[in-house]
Amino acid sequence: MPIIKLENVTKTYKVGDQQLVVLDGISVDIEEGEFVCIMGPSGSGKSTFMNIVGCLDTPTKGKYYLEGVDVSTMDLDELSEIRNKKIGFVFQQFNLLPRATAIENVELPLIYAGVPTRQRKQKALETLSWVGLKDRANYYPRQLSGGQQQRVAIARALINNPSIILADEPTGNLDSRVSIEIMEIFKKLNKERKLTTIIVTHEPDIAAFGKRQIRFLDGKIISDTKS
Amino acid sequence: MIALTSIINIAMRSLIANAMRSFLAMLGIIIGVGAVVTMVAIGTGASEKISAQISSMGSNLILILPGATTQGGIRMGAGTHQTLKMTDAEAIAKECSEVAAVAPVISGTAQVVFGNQNWSTAVLGTTPDMVTVREWDVVMGRFLTDQDIRSGTKVAVIGQTVSEKLFGELDPVGKIIRIKKIPFEIVGVLGKKGQSPTGQDQDDIIYVPITTAQRTLYGNVLPGRVRLIYAKAISLEAIPLATEQIRTLLRQRHKIAPGQEDDFTVMDLTQVLKTAEESTKTMSVLLGSIASVSLIVGGIGIMNIMLVSVTERTREIGIRMAVGAKPKDIRRQFLIESVFLTMIGGVLGLLLGIIASLILSSIMQWSISISFLSAFIAFGFSAFVGIFFGFYPAYKASSLNPIDALRYE
Repeated sequence: MPIIKLENVTKTYKVGDQQLVVLDGISVDIEEGEFVCIMGPSGSGKSTFMNIVGCLDTPTKGKYYLEGVDVSTMDLDELSEIRNKKIGFVFQQFNLLPRATAIENVELPLIYAGVPTRQRKQKALETLSWVGLKDRANYYPRQLSGGQQQRVAIARALINNPSIILADEPTGNLDSRVSIEIMEIFKKLNKERKLTTIIVTHEPDIAAFGKRQIRFLDGKIISDTKS
Repeated sequence: MIALTSIINIAMRSLIANAMRSFLAMLGIIIGVGAVVTMVAIGTGASEKISAQISSMGSNLILILPGATTQGGIRMGAGTHQTLKMTDAEAIAKECSEVAAVAPVISGTAQVVFGNQNWSTAVLGTTPDMVTVREWDVVMGRFLTDQDIRSGTKVAVIGQTVSEKLFGELDPVGKIIRIKKIPFEIVGVLGKKGQSPTGQDQDDIIYVPITTAQRTLYGNVLPGRVRLIYAKAISLEAIPLATEQIRTLLRQRHKIAPGQEDDFTVMDLTQVLKTAEESTKTMSVLLGSIASVSLIVGGIGIMNIMLVSVTERTREIGIRMAVGAKPKDIRRQFLIESVFLTMIGGVLGLLLGIIASLILSSIMQWSISISFLSAFIAFGFSAFVGIFFGFYPAYKASSLNPIDALRYE
């Protein structure tokens, strides 16, 4: 059974009087443990695809099965719960809370999972150690470099043991050396933890880290290759 | 279900991070609550003082003054004609069933001398029932007796102020003082009464037997006439009936034809009490409206700040939602923030109010009374304002779309 199964997913937005079709009948299966890179020009629908896979958005038409469960008809609270338990997000802008320290940022998903403080701190510290930032636990994001901030964000994505990591251009704001470091972390995660990983990127050398490349254009998948 | 302590922690941190702004947002609440607490303290203090003064006059008290407020179309003012007699007082005591005790008074002012001390004070002639009517304790010695009245003995019972002025630390009982150069033996000292509702010192007084006052102190200008009669009704409820009995009796005794006006005035303190209660009530309504206006204005300030805060933290809300915050978690976070703002404002306002009341009472010599209730109401009301005005910003935050919120710059 594929961990992610999209059946004929269509997403349309109403812009004025017109219906804007962003995703046009996408069907795709992603198996557990896959490392997928999504490519395509801006406006091709890849971000909307990520939002739907990440349960931030629901399809207008079609079905989305996550671990065999239909999530396309779930309400906001149920979607929040899925995001909390099953999905880890990594963003281009890092999206850390500026007024919280590294460890506080990492433990954020556990707060909403209702985990008691002591366990939260302990687990957050373990996860920070895993990304190599144990000694930066009490630093604020502005005191950290871009690469360090992205590691904190990865630690946050990992803390609740998700089934899927979704990264939207995670290296978009980093120089090439740091980009490779970050991609190595994703690669290690995928290899050691068999974590299903989906990464959106523009850059072909980043996409080369993936074992499968999916290209989007005008709301459709135009190519799907495994390397 | 996310733990409340975590949400409180989140809310506190964001308030501290914007300390200056939080304080300014609270200012409306602080001033509002502070003003309410101060004014209630002053208002309660004033009304407590008034009722203490009224009750110091003696409960169930009825005053009978000679003369009417109008006579033959001419306004005269009570007490202008000496129409009351000793015998009237005796008749009231004997015939009015609702009257418990009666004490007639002959009054005047006299110079009083003891040794090298002298003092000008009110010297009143009265009967033994005065202490019953006025509910006055005798702290040293005794009060006047029937024997004193019958014999017209030259004895006096003095108030606290007179005792202090003439004797200081000395025990006055048994000492001889001179009133209008006539020697009187002090047989008792009265307990402290304090100020009357009209602001007079009730302890600046000397009581002598009414017969002695008539014969030796105030001459025989109008024999048997009295200045005023005090009567005590048997209960608070009996006051109207007692008043009516006294009126009927006196009209009969003074041979006043039907249709003709009274040549005396019967007053009781329930009217004074009622007036005091009414003014207190008016004051409470006034304070209440000031309170609600200031708290509403304060609440709008809070709402304004919370809306700004929600907009400013759109991205934060997006991040929280992305990692699993439910709309209700976000709503609760912002609601708790605004309730915290107003509650902290309430506490600071309470402190401000207490300090302001204390300063006012020490500078202006006003009596104040800080009640637990007013503090509680101010506090509860500010929490309510927090919930009420915090709800819309919190709702707005919780209904944000996480995708748009994450993209917000």
